[in-house]
Amino acid sequence: MSLPTTPPLARPSRPSWLAIGVGVGAVILVGAAGLLLGAAGIDSIQVVRALLDALPLIEVDNTLTEIQLNVLYEIRAPRVVLGGMVGAILAVAGASYQGVFRNPLADPYLLGVAAGAGLGATMAFAVSGDSSVLAPFAFLGGMAAVAVTYTLGRSVGGRTTTSLILAGVAVAAFATAIQTFLLQRNSETLRQVYSWILGQLVTVGWGDVVGLMPYALVASAVMLASRRMLDVLSIGDEEAGALGINVVRLRWVVVIAATLATAAAVSVSGLIGFVGIIVPHTIRILFGASYRVIIPLSLLFGAAFLMAADIAARTLVAPAELPIGVVTAFFGAPFFIMVLRSMRRSG
Amino acid sequence: MKRTALCGLFVVVVAACSGPDSAATTTSTLGGAGFPTTVEADNGSVTIDQRPVAIISLSSTATEMLFAIGAGPQVMAVDDQSNYPTEAPVTDLSGFTPNLEAILSYEPDLVVITFDPGELIAGLETAGVPVLSYTAAFTIDDVYRQMEALGAATGNSEIAQQANETIEADLAEIVENSAGVGDDVTYYHEIDALLYTVTSSTFFGEIYGLFGMDNVADPADEDGSFFGYPQLSEEYVVASDPNIIYLANVLYGESAETVATRPGWDVMTSVKNGDIVELDSDVASRWGPRIVEFAQSIADGLEEYQRG
Repeated sequence: MSLPTTPPLARPSRPSWLAIGVGVGAVILVGAAGLLLGAAGIDSIQVVRALLDALPLIEVDNTLTEIQLNVLYEIRAPRVVLGGMVGAILAVAGASYQGVFRNPLADPYLLGVAAGAGLGATMAFAVSGDSSVLAPFAFLGGMAAVAVTYTLGRSVGGRTTTSLILAGVAVAAFATAIQTFLLQRNSETLRQVYSWILGQLVTVGWGDVVGLMPYALVASAVMLASRRMLDVLSIGDEEAGALGINVVRLRWVVVIAATLATAAAVSVSGLIGFVGIIVPHTIRILFGASYRVIIPLSLLFGAAFLMAADIAARTLVAPAELPIGVVTAFFGAPFFIMVLRSMRRSG
Repeated sequence: MKRTALCGLFVVVVAACSGPDSAATTTSTLGGAGFPTTVEADNGSVTIDQRPVAIISLSSTATEMLFAIGAGPQVMAVDDQSNYPTEAPVTDLSGFTPNLEAILSYEPDLVVITFDPGELIAGLETAGVPVLSYTAAFTIDDVYRQMEALGAATGNSEIAQQANETIEADLAEIVENSAGVGDDVTYYHEIDALLYTVTSSTFFGEIYGLFGMDNVADPADEDGSFFGYPQLSEEYVVASDPNIIYLANVLYGESAETVATRPGWDVMTSVKNGDIVELDSDVASRWGPRIVEFAQSIADGLEEYQRG
């Protein structure tokens, strides 16, 4: 089994049609599987008939009860869609952090963004008791965390890979410590925050999809629009500056977009690790190291990856659930190692 | 297996200690009648030299048991979660994050706990304070055993015995009054909004089982790998359409109204008919004398459901 490899210097300017086709195909296939599979024990053929019937101009009978149709449209479908959206923006945010910090290990978790977002949301909920303020305060917490991480990382050792990641780990630990303290002091009022932190995609509806949509669209558009400049940035700050790029502004714009995406995802689905690092790296290895390839493909493969992980989470031990973070790590880590090894062998 | 052996041993010890002709009572003169005594707890055999008069309870269930068996006057301090009965001397001591020095500052002569996050038991033993640890009951019998053990440990064996008989009789009466009503009625017992629940194999499930009710969560943990407390898939809960929903998480903001507004839940028969029972969250999470109230709530829900 040999994987196609691209020499690191030959950077394609856009993803190949093959790569786009595979990505789109994966999203459609996994999404369809997500609609067909689930713990409710609804016959897949009847689901197909019901979905066909929902299309305009097609009339097909199905034997689903009112409750089963409700499960399909109000519980299963929004969960599939939300899983796809969260996976897409976590993956593209990870790819953007890696580009903007020129650091292959940067991701929302290692940079402390997710922990900061969690802390921001917890504090907001502790003070106001209102769950509608979670997303904006998660964003503020995430921004504060990434700013501290970046400043710390620079001040201790330039912009080396290790100093940035170590700073991120320290910031994440600090934010988590405060959050744990708050949760312990207010165990009853903050029990809902606990549910939300661990919440994953267990109980979601179309309201969550609608709530996430604006953040996902704006943040993804900004990151997509920056893909060319991230390529230029990869040769170095001074070189990029000489080529007419305002490096400081670019860094801020991309960091804000990636943090907004992460915070929005965290505020609907809780903390789901591994997506932001596995997906961009797999794309880098399979399809090329240019951000003009990585950013758009991260949207597609991130969506497919998290939808697939969620199918596993809700069917492997059905009718019980597995935490989706366990699934992303359990399947993601070995897959990632396999990709890394096959790259070394053929390269 | 080890548990069963321990419980068996424990019954023997309690019988030996509480029986009027037993060796334990004949040797006891120094510490009052029945002392010194040895009782079984989850942390092994514990010897208590004299009748404790400065008990600290770091378990809200143990607090309820101690007061039910007449040991209330001997209780000096209880943890911040012990809100029942009202005369319990609540302090800011924590059972979840216990502070050894804070506990010792009360100079207790017996500490009852349900959870040791690390070195609590070892620390108390080093300080010479006997400690009894009782985890959540697995069966109704565990409730009786813990009550009896606390009775022996505090010199209230007789009242403990009576309290157990009362609980047993009350439970039997409640179940008998609902005879046949619960047969084949399905239920879902919600622990939290992430859809964690109990199966029939748990202590709570056993009480529902007394009424002949069927738990929709049982297929989620057939091999017991979730210890009877699985997290259910949302679509499964809705599709299984239980006859009655029992909410054990009212304290955390859930109610019949919030359940009805959950996306996709409005079509459930129990939601349409209002067969959602809001349990007292404390009663539905403790395994003390108030299991009688828990059983009564189940029966009330059943009656409401059958009335239609």
